[in-house]
Amino acid sequence: MIEAVVKVGSDVGLHARPAALFVQEANKYQAAITVIYGQRSGNAKSILGVLGLGAGKNAEIIIRAEGADEIKALAGLKSLVEENFREAIPNN
Amino acid sequence: MVHSIKGSPAAPGIAIGPAFWVQPVRLDLDQRPVEAPEVEFKRLEESRDHVQESIQVLLERSAEALGSEERAIFEAHLLMLNDPDLWSLVKEKIYTGHLPAETAWDEAIIFYINQLKAIDDQYFQARALDVQDIGSQVLHHLLGMPEISLESLPGPVVVLAHDLFPSDTIRLDRSKLLGFCTCEGGALSHTAILARGLGLPAVIGIGAKLNHLLNGTPLILNGMTGEVIVDPDESALNEFSLLQEKQHKINAEARQNAQLPAQTLNGQRIEVVANIGSIQDARLAMDMGAEGVGLLRTEFLYMDRTSAPDEKTQRDAYQVILNTMGTRPVVIRTLDIGGDKSPAYMDLGKEMNPFLGWRAIRVCLETPGFFKDQLRSLLQAGMGHDLRIMFPMIATLSEFRQAKGMLEETRRELTSAGIPHTEKVQVGMMVEIPSAVILVDAFAREVDFFSIGTNDLTQYTFAADRTNPKVSSLVNAFHPAIFRQIDRVVAAAHARGIWVGVCGELAGDADAIPVLLGLGVDEMSMAPTAIPIAKQEIRTWSMETCERIAKQALDCENGDEIRQLVRTTSRAS
Repeated sequence: MIEAVVKVGSDVGLHARPAALFVQEANKYQAAITVIYGQRSGNAKSILGVLGLGAGKNAEIIIRAEGADEIKALAGLKSLVEENFREAIPNN
Repeated sequence: MVHSIKGSPAAPGIAIGPAFWVQPVRLDLDQRPVEAPEVEFKRLEESRDHVQESIQVLLERSAEALGSEERAIFEAHLLMLNDPDLWSLVKEKIYTGHLPAETAWDEAIIFYINQLKAIDDQYFQARALDVQDIGSQVLHHLLGMPEISLESLPGPVVVLAHDLFPSDTIRLDRSKLLGFCTCEGGALSHTAILARGLGLPAVIGIGAKLNHLLNGTPLILNGMTGEVIVDPDESALNEFSLLQEKQHKINAEARQNAQLPAQTLNGQRIEVVANIGSIQDARLAMDMGAEGVGLLRTEFLYMDRTSAPDEKTQRDAYQVILNTMGTRPVVIRTLDIGGDKSPAYMDLGKEMNPFLGWRAIRVCLETPGFFKDQLRSLLQAGMGHDLRIMFPMIATLSEFRQAKGMLEETRRELTSAGIPHTEKVQVGMMVEIPSAVILVDAFAREVDFFSIGTNDLTQYTFAADRTNPKVSSLVNAFHPAIFRQIDRVVAAAHARGIWVGVCGELAGDADAIPVLLGLGVDEMSMAPTAIPIAKQEIRTWSMETCERIAKQALDCENGDEIRQLVRTTSRAS
């Protein structure tokens, strides 16, 4: 199990579009992935779970991944958030 | 059995066709015997598949019409529809809780709606509505009540609804729409404005009587009188078919001459321009022969977004619209939010009377950074164009002076930063609050023009809410109480050599044209689709006749008397 702290961008927040990109990315991996924000935690593969966190601008979230491809999963999601949710480039 | 019901005439035209409800009247989660969990679950999956397909079709069909933000919302809907957490909760309720599909689904949806509503951030609260939306679509399908969505009308129909929201426009299958009828809404509500923009007849504010009409019932809709004939007999059908043909002919003639200027019989020209609220509207306006824009509502740039539009976004949008209009005058109204329209990222507070509350210029004057963003964008986009800026909801001289002061400040800031911007810009105000009418002579010394917003002026004058069907019949702009105010404003303006326009829906009312002409109004701004007919009307009147009508109108007791006067006066006299 590995985890990392990431800061959500200042003009975004985990609102609908970024949340959708985040969830779509998370669903590429086998690992179980959780997002934690303050007291709340949610399933990264669930848009309702991610939206339910209410992570707005400048939120610091913890991404936790557990499973076979946990390293790739964490890296993928971390870079998505850090690059401010630019359209995810398909992995070859 | 043939009978008729009455509502407020909201948009002119005749529609003849079957009734079709787009929102069901009731939704009952009736108890029915629970089948085996696997059966319940399968039913739910089928309904989910159905709704998924309809959203996908919507995305495909509206590919060009949808902006990227709108696509994102529907894409999020698809993700929600298939959300793993939601389905795990639903499964538990069906398999462990032995609940029927409808109840299990409804409870799970409500759980997630409440979770989002509990977050103290307006944006997440708004997302709760998305969950409600897909939740309701699946539920309707499960209950065998087709969630009749506006993008899949079965054939040419007269749409019936409790009320229609501006956001419904995106889903409309316009090719099959003959007209609208709603229970709610006064003549100046969004439904009416929407229908007029579409050029379709509409009758609104019918009230609960509308609920008795079943799908398929043949109707004749008279958008000029507000009458809805239910189950018409042959003679009614014949009479209205003829009237409908006449209307089409008038429309066709008007379209032909739309690009020509509107001159009275003795050659006096009056400017006929458009009320618009989007880039598409600007194109439609040009197509309909608009000689400019009398009102650009800028709210479209602020709504349905997660954050305020930045300077570049605004500048680009204003630029496209100004470019579309070329060198024709474009009057742009600064942000008019509050009341019934406010963006998710601005906390305007819950007010008892939003129309009398903290909105429009009041908000802008207290949020100067935000206000100046808009002013800066406007001044930059305005280069090379005939830009005119007006401030909404001005009640006092001090407000106007402050707003103008901020505009001057913005100009100075742009100059010292070396940023190119227009030097030439007329600065005026909307006249919609009675205090401004009463002190109009003082205002006339400070503005470059007035634009009379008869929609809101009428609400404030009669102290009635146009969206409240119980009192909406009072909100009638075609009334001596309004015409006298217009007269006063024109007199004060012309005494100072400045121009006056009318940008409320009144300008699009054919009977109002001779009165407005006679009162000396310089410019009329209306929905683009109303322009061709308005120009046609203007061409049939002589100024002398209009001045006589206007003078008499000011002494009438009510709007009906004035209509009588207009309709019984021979045109070329």
